[in-house]
Amino acid sequence: MRKLTTPFIGLSAAMLFVAPWLINAAPYESTMGLVQKVFYFHFPSAILFLVSAIVCGIASLRFLFFKKASADAWAVASAELGLLFGAMTLVTGPLWARKAWGVWWVWDPRLTMSLVLFLIFAAYAMLRKYAGPGSERLAAGLALFGMLNVPFIYVSVNIWRTLHPMTSVVPTLPTEFGIPLWFCFAAFTMLFVALLNLRATLALQQARVEALYLDEDE
Amino acid sequence: MAPVTRVMRVIVLLAALLSTAMPVSAWQPQPPKEFVPVDDIPQGEQIPAINMVAGAYGFVWLAVLGYVWSIGRRLKHVESELADLESRRK
Repeated sequence: MRKLTTPFIGLSAAMLFVAPWLINAAPYESTMGLVQKVFYFHFPSAILFLVSAIVCGIASLRFLFFKKASADAWAVASAELGLLFGAMTLVTGPLWARKAWGVWWVWDPRLTMSLVLFLIFAAYAMLRKYAGPGSERLAAGLALFGMLNVPFIYVSVNIWRTLHPMTSVVPTLPTEFGIPLWFCFAAFTMLFVALLNLRATLALQQARVEALYLDEDE
Repeated sequence: MAPVTRVMRVIVLLAALLSTAMPVSAWQPQPPKEFVPVDDIPQGEQIPAINMVAGAYGFVWLAVLGYVWSIGRRLKHVESELADLESRRK
């Protein structure tokens, strides 16, 4: 898996370098104009933010039930990526909203629950850094709450009245909007997989270092 | 209180909550099915779209590059620490 990391990072960097040309070539959305182009980075970030929560939740479940160190490493890695992609979603969204809706933020269910998910990832990271021995089990429990939040975030726009577009927008996009969107999505997904793998490797190496220090003390 | 009575009370409470929630959700107007623009903002409050697009793309690029740099630095540090510890053990 680690062998794929460098090609994945290289390919995603090349694709993200090419993406602005594709995005520039895509037509303007008739009502929002230029600002709609934030969508091509906002949507992939938002989906990968949710994927991070699912990966973190599943890895945490595996860690809680089977006590696998590798599962804990994947959970730590996906939580950190959740913070990264969450920050990207929560920054690009308001920049788009200010122009399209006239406000930076509305407390609608999707935005509020996305912020809550981001705060869960922040709490996870702080627990792992400062809570000392046993924090991995506490953090794993917290990650399960994060994962449970994902379906609500996804369907909330279809259930409650909100300014945010519904989930039916993306599947019905015309091809000229769809090509740059799925191109960016592929680039972000490859970047996500590569970074997840790198961060999990780092977590495993850190665990080895800690084990060696403990051996030395004994 | 007997466990069966407690369970019955919980069921009745949940049923009451759901029966009040359903009409509330039925009253809600349908959410918009597509992008809805706001075009009546006063001129002074309008921000050029290019600033927003550049800000969004700039932030994403900076965040990704910063994170890749941070992971690289941490990996390098932990690998040198690991090599040092393993050489001390030998």
